[in-house]
Amino acid sequence: MTDDAVVRATGLGKDYGARTAVDGVDLEVAPGQVFGFLGPNGAGKSTTIGMLCTVIRPTRGRAEVAGHDVLRSPDEVRQNIGLLFQESTLDADLTAVENLRFQAELYGLPRRHARTRIDTMLDLVDLADRRDDPVRLFSGGMCRRLEIARGLLHTPKVLFLDEPTTGLDAQTRVAIWEHLHRMREEAGLTVFLTTHHLSEAENCDRIAIIDRGGVVAEGPPAALKAVVGTDLVTLRTGDDQAALRAVRTRFGLDGDVGAEGLRIRAANGAHLVPRLCAELTVPVHSVVVTEPTLDEVFLHHTGRTIREPGPRTAGPAVGSRS
Amino acid sequence: MPRTVDPAAPAPVHTARLGRELRAVRVLWLREVIRFGRNRLRVAMALVGPLVFLLILGTGLSAVMGGADFRGYLFPGVLFMAVQAPALAVGISIVWDRQSGFLRQMLVAPVRRGALVAGLCLGGATAGTFYGLCVLALAGVVGVPYSPRLVLVVLELALISFTFTAMGVLAAVCIRRIESFQVVINLAMTPLLFLSGAVFPASGLPGWLAVAVQANPMTYAVDAVRRTMPGGTAGLPGDTGPQWWGTTPPLTLELGLVALLAALAVTVASKRFAHTD
Repeated sequence: MTDDAVVRATGLGKDYGARTAVDGVDLEVAPGQVFGFLGPNGAGKSTTIGMLCTVIRPTRGRAEVAGHDVLRSPDEVRQNIGLLFQESTLDADLTAVENLRFQAELYGLPRRHARTRIDTMLDLVDLADRRDDPVRLFSGGMCRRLEIARGLLHTPKVLFLDEPTTGLDAQTRVAIWEHLHRMREEAGLTVFLTTHHLSEAENCDRIAIIDRGGVVAEGPPAALKAVVGTDLVTLRTGDDQAALRAVRTRFGLDGDVGAEGLRIRAANGAHLVPRLCAELTVPVHSVVVTEPTLDEVFLHHTGRTIREPGPRTAGPAVGSRS
Repeated sequence: MPRTVDPAAPAPVHTARLGRELRAVRVLWLREVIRFGRNRLRVAMALVGPLVFLLILGTGLSAVMGGADFRGYLFPGVLFMAVQAPALAVGISIVWDRQSGFLRQMLVAPVRRGALVAGLCLGGATAGTFYGLCVLALAGVVGVPYSPRLVLVVLELALISFTFTAMGVLAAVCIRRIESFQVVINLAMTPLLFLSGAVFPASGLPGWLAVAVQANPMTYAVDAVRRTMPGGTAGLPGDTGPQWWGTTPPLTLELGLVALLAALAVTVASKRFAHTD
């Protein structure tokens, strides 16, 4: 399986002056997978994708996409990848079909083939009836769909998506995912995406969690969640420190006090709640039980939740970086 | 729903390398031309400036200068001003494309950067030549006869416009913020224009400024147009144009200088284009 990896990075790194943006990323993506690259803003996701797509020159390490080295044969890599950026990169002055034609010309698709291919792709993303409208008049979701069509126009082996659903409403987001899954099934496409939406990462076959320029965990979402394994019980009490002492002595469980209150890890959180309420002497204001999510996984590996940017130098609050 | 074309169809055979590059040049050129054609207001606005110079400033100065028709002298300079407008527009669209990400989209295409730059410059040159033609249509108004020599003038304008666009592209790939780009271009254009002999004869300037005039490549571009202009109204008494050790450089050398500048700008811009980070 490792032999036919369609994306492979070994010790891939990028420095900007003295600052290290990406620090030795190792990755392998098998053909036909939806691979998610999960991390907070500024973790090095976009830089990594930029290096894999030959837009950013790596400082060290190697990367191969579709069997071609990104440094030695960038043109072959470019021929085999489609790319969707965080922001819309359509030409708003041109119509939908002109945008696709532009791409077809740029990629040197034979003209006769390009015409049918453009029709197919417009059909596939349900924009056939808007083909001659200027992109200026399109909604965010329509733009994204058109960009997917454009990214796949030259039949790439890998589609890279950098934060594909940022700024879209939930309904559109679901629709985009439906399109992506359909493309994958019909075209055997490999999808490589970055996201900081945990819900989106759950759509992936495998995910890699990146933080501060390095991959801290990698595997199928279910396996990553199993690593955390335990539920998280978050309590708000009259005196969190006293409650923590009580939890330690009476339940033999450990926890920590943070901004969100007292957090306790337990194999079965729901069972613990009634006993906690009965035995704690301090007043309990609220209890929340959370099953492991990718957010938990992220927290487990990085010591931060994905939403709180947090000071860059803050030590881990829970767990440790492995 | 049955589809006639399978999205998983095997990747088509891509056309040969050179053909692909040429198609990329063509499509970038076409994009600029389409965008140019759709923005009629921009076209009209860009012509206002040169026409104000020609008809108002030119007419006013002709009156105070007595004998000579200053508009005839101003005509090459005004053509020169007209063809440089798209350079700014193409430059701005590059800076804009960078911000909107369209530039990155082009940069991941399997095409040489030189082809991208060439396509953009040809697009700008086409638009510039069109502006030039619009102003040139007024030749009769300022006493320039409609002679076949004007075809040569148009070709020169095309070259100058290409050079301007190439420099605009070069500035755009070096300057990443749209505000800075506009400031830099405006700051650069005014002295380049005034020190080129486009608006008034440079021979009246003091020595140190005369050096700047000699070093300004635009001087030779304006002079080339002035010397090609039919009818003999483009010269002013006492104005000799740029002098090298007391002689006037040949017309072909002047145009060669302009072409060299274009080649240099395209080469450097292509190099810089590759370094997106």
